[in-house]
Amino acid sequence: MSHFSSEDSSLDSLLRRDPRTEWIARNRLHPLHSAVASTGQGEVRGPSGLLRRNPHVIGFIGPNGIKRIDRENLSSAGLNSKKRTDEAKQTQLPLQIVENPDGYIMVVADMIGGRLTSHDKDILGLAHQLVAESNRNTVVVLVCFGESKETQFDLAGVDRLIHLTADEFEGFAPEARVAALMQVEVQYQPERWLFPDSVHGGTDLACRLAAKLGERPVAQAWQVTASTTVSRGASSSQDILRETPRILMLMEECANAIEETRHQVLPMFVDGIEQTPPNLVDQGLIAVDANAVPLAEAEFILSAGNGIHNWDQFHATALALGATEGASRVAVDDGFMPRARQVGASGTWVTARVYLAVGISGAIQHMQGIGQCDKVVAINTDVGCDMVKRADLAVIADSEEVLAELSRLAEEYSSPKKRLSINEETKNQEEKSDAA
Amino acid sequence: MQPNINVVSLVSVGRHPQSGRARRAEQDGQAVELGLKLAGKALTVVHAGNAQEPVLRQYAGMGLPSLTVLAQESNCDALPVLVSFLKDKPIDVVLTGVRAESGESSGMLPYLLAEQLGWSLVPRVADIIGVQGDEVELLLALPRGQRRAVKVKLPIIASVDNAAQEARQTAFGPGLRAQFNVLTVESVVDESASRWQINAAKPRPKRLKVVKAKTAADRMKAATAKPMGSGGKIMKDETAAEKAQAIFDLLLEEKVVR
Repeated sequence: MSHFSSEDSSLDSLLRRDPRTEWIARNRLHPLHSAVASTGQGEVRGPSGLLRRNPHVIGFIGPNGIKRIDRENLSSAGLNSKKRTDEAKQTQLPLQIVENPDGYIMVVADMIGGRLTSHDKDILGLAHQLVAESNRNTVVVLVCFGESKETQFDLAGVDRLIHLTADEFEGFAPEARVAALMQVEVQYQPERWLFPDSVHGGTDLACRLAAKLGERPVAQAWQVTASTTVSRGASSSQDILRETPRILMLMEECANAIEETRHQVLPMFVDGIEQTPPNLVDQGLIAVDANAVPLAEAEFILSAGNGIHNWDQFHATALALGATEGASRVAVDDGFMPRARQVGASGTWVTARVYLAVGISGAIQHMQGIGQCDKVVAINTDVGCDMVKRADLAVIADSEEVLAELSRLAEEYSSPKKRLSINEETKNQEEKSDAA
Repeated sequence: MQPNINVVSLVSVGRHPQSGRARRAEQDGQAVELGLKLAGKALTVVHAGNAQEPVLRQYAGMGLPSLTVLAQESNCDALPVLVSFLKDKPIDVVLTGVRAESGESSGMLPYLLAEQLGWSLVPRVADIIGVQGDEVELLLALPRGQRRAVKVKLPIIASVDNAAQEARQTAFGPGLRAQFNVLTVESVVDESASRWQINAAKPRPKRLKVVKAKTAADRMKAATAKPMGSGGKIMKDETAAEKAQAIFDLLLEEKVVR
């Protein structure tokens, strides 16, 4: 057997020509021509081993007999656009591997809603710039707290990941987080600490860490190299040029995010975090009047358009969900909502994390206004409208039914405690009546 | 009813964003306002710097009988003099702004004070709700107009956010009549800051939207296409209850419904 197989392999290496298929391939009028031409389309090696491309098989003959080359892939786009986007995503970027690092750059991310913000990604990009400048075998380590929904750490430039998920880091816990960062400092002695200079906690953590370590940080840095840093001072009226310190708080768009490489995202661990009982005791978020929050910075917007007929129900649902109310231009022009509530080009450009559009088909001016929203949910009767195409979750239904169900769900969700107390009250009353 | 606590507000010289003239700093004014709400006339207002600065009269004009100035040169570090002033005094609450409007404006002063005095620091306070015994309950200002309640043991240092109550108007006459207690202190020159190069701020370049398309057709598409999501889920044939449940689950997952 072994003898035969070795003979087979020697035969395989011989280049054998098939004159008949070659002839069919040359003859465009042959009935088997298309089949033969398509088999050779993948990879054809010439007699010298060079890769050969057949220019004649590209394209197709159009309806009036002229050869057409479809470079944009338009014909297949209409049929299965979904598949095409998947293929586009699958192009693998080169993986950057760093083994045995001799230094660390720590990036502490805000991770609003459990995902990297664009600010975080810019800082990761800056960290990689600093690594490239230093010419050393340094890795970029992302430190993040709490639950993470991020799936693309590798594309954002995270070489190593320290993910701290204990209960004490949840919610508002700056002291516990700084204690963890202090342990990271002791264990890894990072070259630099990079923080986003943001109101989401980055500045607070950086200042606490710098005060603990007794180092002078730089705030509002926007041009950073390994040796010098330019930061804003005096309420952004001055540029201060100084040596780059070890702790930096960076402004938005301080560098470009990583785009062309993938990274390893290997986990790193911190042990022995000393936790003392915190002085600051979190009492939880306070319910604020959602409509008092400025529309431009509201986190969750329930927006109404032409598809709303029952306005009382809409307002009640917004109240039950705790959403800020928005409106499309039509709803405002028709007088159902005040002008200040208009979302879009001539209204407010909103930055909500979740935008729930009810009965809005999505004029381009409206879509511009919601360009920065993370999640868009659409309730609409028209499948083909632009809002449904833009939406992450689209519901094709009459708005009135869905809103009724939504407000019922919101009330059920918010009232289990109330219900319990009501049940207890009724029990007590029963007991009392029994006693009586 | 005002709780019986000692409150100190730290003030600095501000800068008008358009004209660049010296003014009452916005957040420091709010810190004085919050201090007045907590302690009334008993509020101590402290400035470390030039005692002849006319802006200090604007703070005094908010209804302060007196103002304490730790006299020092403008190139000196405010931290050591403030630490020596605050140390060993029966102070419960120190209020500052989040970031100064002049100088480095790094926002580190309250943190360094808290570290050196060993007090707790509360960042970005919107309001102080009340004091019970040796505990104080505060409202923190979070982004997007949210508020968080926090309880802390006294003494504390709190930085006051823009969301706090606006500073009251200042009156010129009472400002002039207010008494200034100028204390001479041993100040330390900020050496490392003297090595910095300080220039007028250059406008930051806007980030360009670079389209990395390989073909001309792709570039055309990127320039003209409407913003599209990455093809979300479409629910068509389910019942209204199921659809609403799917939306509600998404809202819960994003933690916008609490």
